[in-house]
Formats: sequence, C-alpha cells, structure tokens
Amino acid sequence: MSEAVIGKSVRRKEDKRFLTGSGQYTDDVTLPRQTCAYFLRSPHAHAVIRKIDTAAAQAAPGVVAVFTGDDLAAAKVGGLPCGWLITDVNGQPMKEPPHPPLAQGKVRYVGDTVACVIAETVYQAKDAAELIDVDYEVLPAVVRPDDAIKPGAPAVHDIAPDNVCYVWSHGDKVATDQAFEHAAHVTKLDFINNRLIPNAIEPRAAVAQYSRAEDSYTLHVANQNPHVERLLMTAFVLGLPEHKVRVIAPDVGGGFGSKIYLYAEETVITWASKQVGRPIKWTAERSESFLSDAHGRDHVTHAELALDNNGKFLAMRVRTTANLGAYLSTFASCIPTILYATLLAGQYTTPAIHCEVTGVFTNTSPVDAYRGAGRPEAAFVVERLVAAAARELGIDQADLRRRNFITEFPYQTPVGLTYDAGNFNATLDEAVKLADVAGFEMRRQEAERRGKLRGLGYSCYIEACGLAPSNLAGQLGARAGLFEAGEVRVHPTGSVTVFTGSHSHGQGHETTFAQVVADRLGIAVDSVDIVHGDTGRIPFGMGTYGSRSLAVGGAAIMKALDKIIAKGSKIAAHLLEAAEADIEYDHGTFRVAGTDRGKTIAEVAFAAYVPHNYPLGELEPGLDESAFYDPTNFTYPAGSHICEVEIDPETGVTRVVNFTAVDDFGRIINPMIVEGQVHGGLAQGIGQALLENGVYDTDSGQLVTGTYMDYAMPRADDLPSFKVDTQMTPCTHNPLGVKGCGEAGAIGAPPAVINAVIDALAPRGVTHIEMPATPERVWRALQTAKPSRAKAA
Amino acid sequence: MGIGISLTVNGKAVAAEIDPRTLLVQFLRDNLLLTGTHIGCDTGQCGACTVHLDGRAVKSCNVLAAQAGGTTVVTIEGITPADGELHPMQAAFREHHGLQCGFCTPGMVMAAIDLVKHHPHPDEQTIRTGLDGNLCRCTGYHNIVKAVQSAAAAMAAERSSSPRQEVAS
Repeated sequence: MSEAVIGKSVRRKEDKRFLTGSGQYTDDVTLPRQTCAYFLRSPHAHAVIRKIDTAAAQAAPGVVAVFTGDDLAAAKVGGLPCGWLITDVNGQPMKEPPHPPLAQGKVRYVGDTVACVIAETVYQAKDAAELIDVDYEVLPAVVRPDDAIKPGAPAVHDIAPDNVCYVWSHGDKVATDQAFEHAAHVTKLDFINNRLIPNAIEPRAAVAQYSRAEDSYTLHVANQNPHVERLLMTAFVLGLPEHKVRVIAPDVGGGFGSKIYLYAEETVITWASKQVGRPIKWTAERSESFLSDAHGRDHVTHAELALDNNGKFLAMRVRTTANLGAYLSTFASCIPTILYATLLAGQYTTPAIHCEVTGVFTNTSPVDAYRGAGRPEAAFVVERLVAAAARELGIDQADLRRRNFITEFPYQTPVGLTYDAGNFNATLDEAVKLADVAGFEMRRQEAERRGKLRGLGYSCYIEACGLAPSNLAGQLGARAGLFEAGEVRVHPTGSVTVFTGSHSHGQGHETTFAQVVADRLGIAVDSVDIVHGDTGRIPFGMGTYGSRSLAVGGAAIMKALDKIIAKGSKIAAHLLEAAEADIEYDHGTFRVAGTDRGKTIAEVAFAAYVPHNYPLGELEPGLDESAFYDPTNFTYPAGSHICEVEIDPETGVTRVVNFTAVDDFGRIINPMIVEGQVHGGLAQGIGQALLENGVYDTDSGQLVTGTYMDYAMPRADDLPSFKVDTQMTPCTHNPLGVKGCGEAGAIGAPPAVINAVIDALAPRGVTHIEMPATPERVWRALQTAKPSRAKAA
Repeated sequence: MGIGISLTVNGKAVAAEIDPRTLLVQFLRDNLLLTGTHIGCDTGQCGACTVHLDGRAVKSCNVLAAQAGGTTVVTIEGITPADGELHPMQAAFREHHGLQCGFCTPGMVMAAIDLVKHHPHPDEQTIRTGLDGNLCRCTGYHNIVKAVQSAAAAMAAERSSSPRQEVAS
C-alpha cells in the first residue's frame, strides 16, 4: 500500500460509532450496584456556614450516605491544587488559598459544593439534598474584577484581604515608557474581555468504582487529560498511590478547556466509592455546568499603542485586571499571565512591550483556560489597538498591518517568544483576495441603499501552541511536564495499535494519528487503531489542550515509529542475510538497497513475535516501541481573518454576512478535520463577539446567565458559512512540521468581528463597543454617538 | 408509586414500571439502555435528546415517559437500515464531517431527518432555521448544513428510485 495519506481528507474512523448512537460517554457507563450522587450547592455567593444538619437527609428513602466538608477534613482529604506558581512583581509567590472539594466553614460562589448525597437513584439523592439544613450567614459578595480590588471590597479569602492573588508583570517597562514619551501618536483603549462559559454539550460526568479485592479505584470521567487528573487527585488530594487508581476518559463530548481540570465532584465520589463500597455515578445537569464548570476570559484592560509618523509601532503598554474566580482552578494562574503577555507582539515588530496583570479573587466560578486561553485575550488587545490606530491615523487597515509585519524568521519578540516560521503577508494577501475586499465598497453602498450599515474588520493573530519545553516552563512556575508520550505496537500479523497520551474529544485523533502512522509505515489507515484516554492502557501523557496533540503527541508517535523502523531493519537484515546498513524501509517493506529482496513489515513483525529465525543473542523479541517527546519550542500558528458584518441601525441586530479565515497551520495531515476545527473555533469566537456573556449580578452574586435561556449560544442561524483556506510554512522544530489548529478560530474571530462592527458604525460616530455586541448595545451606541467624530479609515 | 407504561421503541414492544416523573429520555437511557440519545441540558433547548415520537421529532427531555405510553418511538439506534448501512443522513454527516465530538450528533441527525421530511429540498437558510433547536459546540454548523443538503438530495433520489418506507418515520 503506497498511496499517500498525508494531506488527504480521510473520513473519520470514529464517526460510525457516534452516528449510530454507539459512543460510550461517561454517563453511558453503568456498573452493577451503582449508586447516584447529587451535590448540594451554595445558593449564596458568599456566606459563612454556621451549621449543616444532614440527619433528615441521611434518613430519607434510598439514601446511602451524605458527606460534608467536615467528613473530608476528618479523612484528611486535601484541597484541589493549582498547577502553576506565579511569582509576583516583588518576588513573592502568588496567594494560594485552600480549595476544599466540599466547602469548609465558608462558601465563596453560587454553586460551591456544600454536601454530597449518595442514593440509589438520582431522584432520591436530589430529594434528600432538599432535606439538608444549612445555616448560612450571608456575607457581601464581589463579582467583578475591577470591583474586587477597590478598597473595602469584601475579602473572598483571609489570606488575600485585598483579593489580589498576584500582581505580575512582563516586558521592559523602562524602554516601553521611554518609547511612549517620544511617540508621534498614541492610541488608547479601555475594554472588557467578556466572561465566557465553555458549554461543551456533554456535561461533566464521572463514575467512580472501588475494588475491595484489589484495593484499587477506577474512575470514568469526562476529562481531557486522564494522567494529569490522576496525578493531581492521587498525589495532592486523596493521598493514594497512582498504581491503585485507573482513570478512563472514554468518549468525551467536547472540552474546550473546561475538562482539563481536576474538579471537586469526581474527587469526592472517588473517595466516597470506598466509603460506601459501591460504584457512584455523578452527571452534571446543565444548570450545574453553568455554575461550576471553570469559566473563561473576564479581563478588564487598559491598552496603549505608540506609533511614529509613518505608522510604525514603537511600543505597547497593557494593564489588565484578570478575574480568577473564587478559587484557583488547575491552570488558572498561568492563563492571564504566561499565555497572555507573551503573545502581545502579535504579528508585529513592536520593539518594546510591557504588560502588568493583577489576578484577583471574586465570588464567582473559577476562571481558567477556555479555547485559546490567554491568546484570544492577547489577540484582542493587539488587533483592537491596531485597528483603532489605523482609523485614527487614516491609514488603510491592511496597509498599517503590512508596515509592521515581522518578515524575517526566526524572530525574537520582546515578550520572550521566538517565532520559528511564518509568512504573515501571504496569509493577509490570500484573505484579502478570498474576502473580496476589493468589492466591499460596492457591497457597502448596496447595503446602505437598503438602510443597513456594512463593516469590514481585520484580525491578524498569532498564537503559541504546544506549550514547551518542560524545563523552561518549570522555571516559569509550571508544576507539570509538557511532553507527550506515544507507543506503537506492531502486532504479529502486521496491524498496528498506537497508544497516545493525548486525548480526543472531537478532534479526530483516531483518524489523523492513524494517517501519520499509516504514512510512515506505508500501511493502510484501516490497519492502524489509536488508543487514548485510559491510564490503564496508555503511557503517561499530558493530554490535550492548547492545540498540542499533533505537534507534541504526534511527534512522540513519530519518534516511536523511528524506533520501530530501526529495530525492524535489524530483524530484516538478519532475515535477508544482509548488512543492517543496507536495509531501507520503503512503503511497508524492508528492502536490501538496490535489490528486489525484501521483507514486509508483517513478515518482520511475525519473526519478532515467533522468533525461530531471529538474532536472540543481540535483539529482544517483539515489535513494540514507545517514546516521550518534549518540544524545544512552541509552535506558532498564525492567520488573517476578515469579517464582514451588516447591521440594522433600527434594531441594532448585527449579522456576520461573510467570514474569511486564512490560517497557517504548517503541514496539514487531514484538511477536512483542520477545516472543521477552524469552523468550530470561529463559531465560538463569533459567539464571544456577538452573543455570549457570563453575567453575575453585582449585588447578589447570582449567575444571571445560568441556562440556555439566558446565555446566548451560537445557533445554526446565527452564523454564516465560512470561507476557509490555509497557507503553509512548516514548523521547523517538530518532525511533522505541524503547528496546531484547534484554537485559531476562537483567537482570530473576536477582534475581526468587533473591528467590523466598529467599521460599520464609525460613519455614525461610534468608536467603541464592548463584547458581546448585542443588538441592545449596538442600538444604544448608535443613539448616543456623535456623527461628527467619525474619521474615514 | 410506580406506574406502568407500554410503548414501541425501535420496532419492539416494551413495557416497564416507572417513577411517574421519569422523562422519556431517562426511560430510554436508563431503562432500555439506549444510550445513543443524549442529555445536554435541563431546559429543553439543546436538542441532544431529539427522537421521533409517532413520526415527529421531539425533545425527549420534554416528554414524560408516561406520556409516551402507547406511542411509537424511534431513536438514533433505530434508523440504521437492517442491511447495516448507514441512513443517508448518517452517511452524509460522515462524508461532510458534520460531527466532531459526537455528543449532539444523534439529536442533530434525528432533527435533520425530520426537517428533510418537511422540506425535501431545503436551502441553506431553511436548514439553519430548522436546526435552530439543536446546539452544536464543535462544528460551527458549517458542515452540518452541507451534510443535510447532501442527505436531502440522497433521500430524494432514494425515494424516486425505490418507494420503500423510511424506517425512521
């Protein structure tokens, strides 16, 4: 089999089970003698728990057990840890308040877990939970990050009386301030990067089982990185040996970051499964997901860009207050710092950048990585500033960007990253063509005749994927490794099973990774199966987040494949009575160079497992190799997105009428899957810009947007069909030349949409609008704007 | 406290004693172990639980199991033809990459089959409006729209070439 499979839109291997209802998601797992858990959650944003009386609940029908924070404390169950230590501007460690899996003494956000009821059925558990009497002393709450740092704001944690977790800064402040002093023009913006609620359509779920016979635990959990989940849970919370805990993340219905973390619920039921001696299932209701899944974004930012007379960027200065929520979620601390400030150079040669971030606690759900994680926030800062500067200076949007593009690689930014490769002019040129920018003015005039306002918005983003290398990340505070692991097992008759530490929850690894393996080994895609998501089967891996799976996990598999071919060459040399140096591997056959003598990989594998004619003195039997890969650098996907909107000034309704995305993801294995990833990211990015907003009531601390009635998810008729294309500069430092594509849309789209909205509204004098640009906000902006302030761009 | 119900699910007669507050989706998943029908929300808005009830697409979280007594229900597990091939809608979703994580997919497919039943030749806007009650967080709907358009064409061709009854409705 020699047909090229790289770059081909192979239809997905996983689809048949999903399309026939045969997927196995966590809630589909049902075990004998299974019980159900329900969590009683705090109805208050901030309160002291004076007393909890569970007697009536314990006696309710079907109840097996009721646990509170006191029970966990008595059992010495620890708090949920944070995986990244940020050191503040004074060299002090960030404030790390304890995060008990069930509240102890105090609740700090609406939805905080107070008690766990385990019963025969979920209805019985819910009924019993209503009988728990909690005596709360309600305290004032604070929900907005800028309010939390005001003097006199209620303190969420005693160890941080000012609610500040850290003040952190990055970049050269002196050089930046000096550049601003001498700038010909300074553009200034204040804006909010709105809080988002991830909303994977599969709610979080877990099934925990304890085996008395083996003194071991099996946890099925909707999670993106089962080994990380296991490590955190065993070593930091439950004090269990890792080899006694198996974590299985089966089919997972979307993650977008929200299933990276170790959460209270699965931790409590894992512990409780031993206490009750029966399996326990917990599945979140959507309302619980809204309350308790880690949210994303929620920044308040002041940003400035200094330019010279020719429109060259001289410096950027950014001050951000980032909402971390009530507790530090697993990677909360690094998102608005390490993954944010380092991206502020964008695609531009801005020589001096300084960013200061204040991470604050509030009485809201913890905030952590959500699709893009820090990079959408950075791209929004950069691309809003650039668009506003172009408008203020009367320079064409594309032209100003081109004047400042980085064109030589590798390029060392002033914020710590070294871009290895890219071609920003190529993606912008292609986007301008594909979006038919030349025809925009005619379309604008045509819309105007219909009483509509049309606008065009650009966004030229860059992101950093496959966070790495581990040792550097360690110096920056990471408490985890950032490698990936892969194992390739060639079976005796030549088919292959690959075990990867990365995890697919929609990305299609079972197909893409099979293509990579099939290509390298020269065998059929159908002869390769990918196994992921089970610590009992796969090597220790870090899972999937930050668009890392192929760039890091695929590279680990490539390394393992190299070992397979090296060993196979030795076996083939023996079988063919040739020198190992003369063996070449060519499309599934080990050949003696320059001859037609060869052995297929199936023949070599068979010899390895039935080693009758085999160099047993020099070589172990078997053909099964594993590898760990730790990248030397991030990968840097980048692209140009152009959004065209049409606004009805009478109602404020904004429709995205065209959206063009031209991205550079390096080498592409499966274009169909890559396009699908872009589409999904764009939908979430457009959702952030026009629809989605996580809102807490500032007085009561209640989540106002706690259902799909109130939180506007993008629906089919909110979106257009997208124009998507790619350009290719391969990543220079991983064996596949790939960069990652999962987050691009969510990063590039928000500023493109908002820049388009501003472009449409500018003739009416509107210069600013917050996300989401809802009809109400657009309409109000139009009512209060002064047309005379408009400047042509 | 239980009440008895009997109905037809995927062509088979089923009967059970259930808690009166049991939702149809819970009955399908927990009693019949038909776990292809998913639960994505608790307010009747995500559509992941869409099934066909007496030939109509319904959200099975909005129907009490008791209300479904005497009806005929078809779930995602019941639309694959007996010969093992995929239903044209399932095949089109695969061909056009109309699914990623797969969680919304069964409901989306069931809703799309119903949509094509009422709009045999739907344009893009009809599909987008028609699938408004089904949330997908992965695909951005782009490929779902393509899949439904393609499936509609395939289903029309199938109808004209063979008059056999559609299993799903």
